[in-house]
Amino acid sequence: MRKIAIYGKGGIGKSTTTQNTVAALAESGKNIMVVGCDPKADSTRLLLNGLAQKTVLDTLRLEGEDLDLDDVVKVGFKGTRCVESGGPEPGVGCAGRGIITSINLLEQLGAFDASYNLDFTFYDVLGDVVCGGFAMPIRDGKAEEIYIVCSGEMMAMYAANNICKGIRKFAEAGTVRLGGLICNSRKVDREAELIESLAAKLGTQMIHFVPRDNLVQRAEINKKTVIDYDPTAPQADEYRKLAAAISNNTKFVIPNPLEIQELEALLMEFGIAD
Amino acid sequence: MLLRHTPTGLNERSALTINPAKTCQPVGAMYAALGLHRCLPHSHGSQGCCAYHRSALTRHYNDPIMGSTSSFSEGASVFGGQANILEAITNIFTLYDPDIIAVNTTCLSEVIGDDLVQIIKKAAEDKKIPRGKFVIHANTPSFKGSHVTGYANMAAAMVQYFAKNTEKKHRRINLIPSFIEPSDMSEIKHLAGEMGVEYTMFPDTSDVVNTSMDGTFRMYPHGGCRREWIETSGDAQATFAIGRMGALPAAKLLDTKCKVPLHILDLPIGITATDAFVNALRTVAHVAVPDSIREERGKLVDVLCDMNQYTYGKKVSLMGDPDILLSMVRFCRDIGMEVLHVLTGTPVGKFKLEERVKEMCGPDVVFRSGLQCDLFMFEQLIKENKPDLIMGNTYCKYMCRDNDIPLLRIGFPIYDRIGHSYVPLMGYRGGMHLLLKILTILMDRQDRDAAEENVELIM
Repeated sequence: MRKIAIYGKGGIGKSTTTQNTVAALAESGKNIMVVGCDPKADSTRLLLNGLAQKTVLDTLRLEGEDLDLDDVVKVGFKGTRCVESGGPEPGVGCAGRGIITSINLLEQLGAFDASYNLDFTFYDVLGDVVCGGFAMPIRDGKAEEIYIVCSGEMMAMYAANNICKGIRKFAEAGTVRLGGLICNSRKVDREAELIESLAAKLGTQMIHFVPRDNLVQRAEINKKTVIDYDPTAPQADEYRKLAAAISNNTKFVIPNPLEIQELEALLMEFGIAD
Repeated sequence: MLLRHTPTGLNERSALTINPAKTCQPVGAMYAALGLHRCLPHSHGSQGCCAYHRSALTRHYNDPIMGSTSSFSEGASVFGGQANILEAITNIFTLYDPDIIAVNTTCLSEVIGDDLVQIIKKAAEDKKIPRGKFVIHANTPSFKGSHVTGYANMAAAMVQYFAKNTEKKHRRINLIPSFIEPSDMSEIKHLAGEMGVEYTMFPDTSDVVNTSMDGTFRMYPHGGCRREWIETSGDAQATFAIGRMGALPAAKLLDTKCKVPLHILDLPIGITATDAFVNALRTVAHVAVPDSIREERGKLVDVLCDMNQYTYGKKVSLMGDPDILLSMVRFCRDIGMEVLHVLTGTPVGKFKLEERVKEMCGPDVVFRSGLQCDLFMFEQLIKENKPDLIMGNTYCKYMCRDNDIPLLRIGFPIYDRIGHSYVPLMGYRGGMHLLLKILTILMDRQDRDAAEENVELIM
């Protein structure tokens, strides 16, 4: 089983990209589990055609610790197994601790057991590695491959670089490695070159450039992935290419995060249209 | 040798603490809360915190210390402790019927960011707080400060929640003591009472944690400051913060909130500090010092003069809490002792404790304060330069035994001797007790250690 975590700046399209990639992999016959690590619990909405999920933490709160795996795992698009960690309402409690509790509980319940014949587990993590809890998916060899979703916008690149600092810390002590950057295009000038250049400096690769297409939005409104909503669309093929690239990926590295000046210099070089 | 692994010579450290010379904030906050009449301390965190804080206080005071807890589970740590404490408030008022619940936070509830102001407001909105009853709170993360900080925070919370300025001024003086024994609080009240000063003392744990035994269990003993009295503290003519570290936050808040003028005083231990305290009462309250107090002072002076030869020049090392240390050092100097080391695990911040200690003891005294200043360091110091006497809490007993140095137990905690909660160290009468204890220890030593031909019958 390959264990993959997706990180990236908030709002960059992690959940959308993850679910579309998962859908493409599922379409090709892979067994996949998706663990949403976001208190908003919207990481599996497109695979399940709606927010139908009872979260692990809600179930824990309501039913105590002897809950059943079936209470929290829902089967979605083409047999993908979907779990949402959930978390506290905004502004209270500790979402980071929630992720730790939830992943521990899933392991205890045997969610990742060999009997499920999983080919992939995807952890879709909220935003940045802001605290120990949000690093839980990359601790102790849980996820071993990380992909960072970013775009050519300054703050997205800044976040990607910052996440690399977190990965480096855990990579040096364990098995987790960076698999690449996924550029989710915002139609910024020379975006692909910029991200390729950033990837090279980090010691990794841009694993795929996902172009911007309003179809993604339309599919989302219909609570579906693009693969599900319009399988023949060119955008669906983009996600299939991304899925194939991840599936065939062999380049796993410990990233070298950039100094802030270096990052700014990179933007100066590519970011200003002439 | 119990501490045979402590190397001789001082190891400077940038991290780690071995046998800390302090304990955590909620211990102090709980103790302060007990100084309110009919108040139940409540620990907002996991059960273990509350169990430890209660047992620390119970062991020190040898009286059962009551306290409740929000009993955090894993779920509460993730979703916040609001549901737990709301249920707790209902249960506590139904089952234990206190007038006030004083909530202290813990590391866990602080880190997850529970907002007690909002939660208490919610409890009030949901009508979980019966009419005439109150819930107050203090933020007491243990990764900051020490038990003294926690005490100070809870004392300030009393002002925050209760003190009012109604423009109807009265002559009373607010006495806010630092983290001291109930016996010492009584003694301070005795001094003020003898002088005819009208006062409000809070927190006041006398007759709460040192009650008499009459066969009846009372969850809320008759002592403790009344909430109504604290309400009027905003109209008082002055506030005395007695012991800067423990009392200043509350006193300062009374100043900023209700414009009550503030006087910062040292704990009245020994002659000089008690003189200063009595004099401050005299000038602020415009009263005369009565003969009864002159009498008490005179007796202490008499014993001191008679026995000065046994204390003069004796070397002493002290560890403990800043306020008590400062006044103890003063007293040691009053009786002619030479102070070698002064150490506290409590970070002293802007309190110029080191400067004041050096003023009294000269530049050679070793002063240490803050996180890495622990009993391990204290032992290394006393091994390097051995004192005749150590003053500190119960945890000093091991180094005292290993190094054959007598120990005078002062401060918190004292788990292995009794009396501290009944017999004061403060005021002139307390000074007498303190001096007698010091003399007994030193003279017993002299009898034990004197060469055969030098044993004195009359001392």
